[in-house]
Amino acid sequence: MIKLENVEKTYFSKAGDVHALKPVSLEVQQGEIFGIIGLSGAGKSTLVRCINMLEKPTGGKVFVDGEEMTAMTEEELRHARQTIGMIFQHFNLLASRTVRQNIAFPLEIQGKDKAYIAKRVEEMLELVQLEGRGDYYPSQLSGGQKQRVGIARALASDPKVLLCDEATSALDPATTKSILELLKEINKKLGLTIVMITHQMEVVKQICDRVAVIENGVIVEEGSMINVFTNPQHPTTKSFTAAVTNAELPEMVKQMNLKQEYTPGTKLITRISFIGDLAGEPIISGMVKKFDVDVSILYGNIDQLKDTAYGTLILEVSGDETALRAAHAYLQDKGVKGEVIGFES
Amino acid sequence: MWGLLLDSFWETMYMVITSTVLATAIGLPLGVILTVTRSNHILPNVAVNSVLGAIVNAARSTPFIILMVAIIPLTRLIVGSSIGTTAAIVPLTISAAPFIARVIEGSLLEIEPGVIEAAQAMGASPMQIIMKVLLPEALHSIVLGITLAIISLIGYSAMAGALGGGGLGDLAIRYGYQRFRLDIMIITVIVLIVMVQTMQSIGDYASKKLNKNKL
Repeated sequence: MIKLENVEKTYFSKAGDVHALKPVSLEVQQGEIFGIIGLSGAGKSTLVRCINMLEKPTGGKVFVDGEEMTAMTEEELRHARQTIGMIFQHFNLLASRTVRQNIAFPLEIQGKDKAYIAKRVEEMLELVQLEGRGDYYPSQLSGGQKQRVGIARALASDPKVLLCDEATSALDPATTKSILELLKEINKKLGLTIVMITHQMEVVKQICDRVAVIENGVIVEEGSMINVFTNPQHPTTKSFTAAVTNAELPEMVKQMNLKQEYTPGTKLITRISFIGDLAGEPIISGMVKKFDVDVSILYGNIDQLKDTAYGTLILEVSGDETALRAAHAYLQDKGVKGEVIGFES
Repeated sequence: MWGLLLDSFWETMYMVITSTVLATAIGLPLGVILTVTRSNHILPNVAVNSVLGAIVNAARSTPFIILMVAIIPLTRLIVGSSIGTTAAIVPLTISAAPFIARVIEGSLLEIEPGVIEAAQAMGASPMQIIMKVLLPEALHSIVLGITLAIISLIGYSAMAGALGGGGLGDLAIRYGYQRFRLDIMIITVIVLIVMVQTMQSIGDYASKKLNKNKL
């Protein structure tokens, strides 16, 4: 649905050129929620603005729904933009217009007739659950309600793509959750392709199907959200995922006096993680039955990655050396990682 | 005396209202052009912006009394005479238009760039952005600016009166000053103060009604 080919953006200035985007290529499939995560200044806002050409790339090509945005005239571009919705961190609603008039705005621009606009606006109000708020002005609404208006406005013209620029960054956690739920629902209901720019890993975790990690204008990692979360490769990705997947060791384990090497009589401390269906398999009891080991659970956590369960357990395994080695190999074999944290005496 | 005062009052109103309307008709598009042609705005054009900016600055830095005398030939050309209330409207308009242009430019620049970006993202043309975003969003602030212009015009019209323009200023000079009628002088000043106060109150009220930022 969206294809970027070697898109570059350089800001030329006397103080020196700033390469906001080094050649970036990526593809977003029809109907998916694609996350682009990065710290501020990583180039993610520039990247999303290159999709609807609010920022003109200095090199490369941008395609949306097969049409080359980078080759269009101003007039064609305006037309194309009418099929690409966008929502913003600070909502960017028109303060002088009511909620209804704000939602009507893109339709007025397209010159739709009054009866159609009125009907469409009511549909949108219902979609974003703002019935009864139609005659309010933005200043009378909460942040979450304002973003709902933003979403309704972006969807009023029935776009193929929705671009979200830090859409939840100005909202509190509970409101963020409800906005994300709404986006997820819209994605399912309308099959709408959504591109989300964010610096919040929580956001990616809750709704994205695929994710790209951007740093200094380069995409350093890209893949399915589950893979990126459970098996991050790049240091930046690791630091992003650490907080939300509990990669940090719990205090209790950190305070243990652990050795790096096995010495006779020590117990193995290992962390296993399992995704989705694996959670249903009796891995631990299988290990205890198969090998001469005892297991106790030191720490456990189950998380939700979009619609998939993701669990982490820290185990203390005791037994003799051969049994421990065999048990450890068994865990790795079962695909639950079995990362060795250390040996406790 | 009251008849004289009433006549002068209407002359002042005529000069102020007509020149406000004309100055706004010139200043509004000028202010819009000064805004949108800025380098970071929707229709960047450095040449247009700097030329218009220079003209506006030149007009604004000429003292009104000098402007009025300097453009007498132009006034004659337009009105057919350089004396009288109608003739005074020409310099009043010419001095207020650049002021209004700058005031409108200031109001338009107060609009969050994000709001303009949102309109662009929806595929709005520059004209649609001006008509549907810039002017409506800045209207409450523009109203305050024009109120300010009206008040300046009340003052300038009194000055124009001294050069044969009629109105309250003319009355105060001819009767109050030259014929030592202190009562007329005082009443004229009071009427001017009341006019300014009333205009400011109306402007404040209208602006507040139009401002939907604080409800």
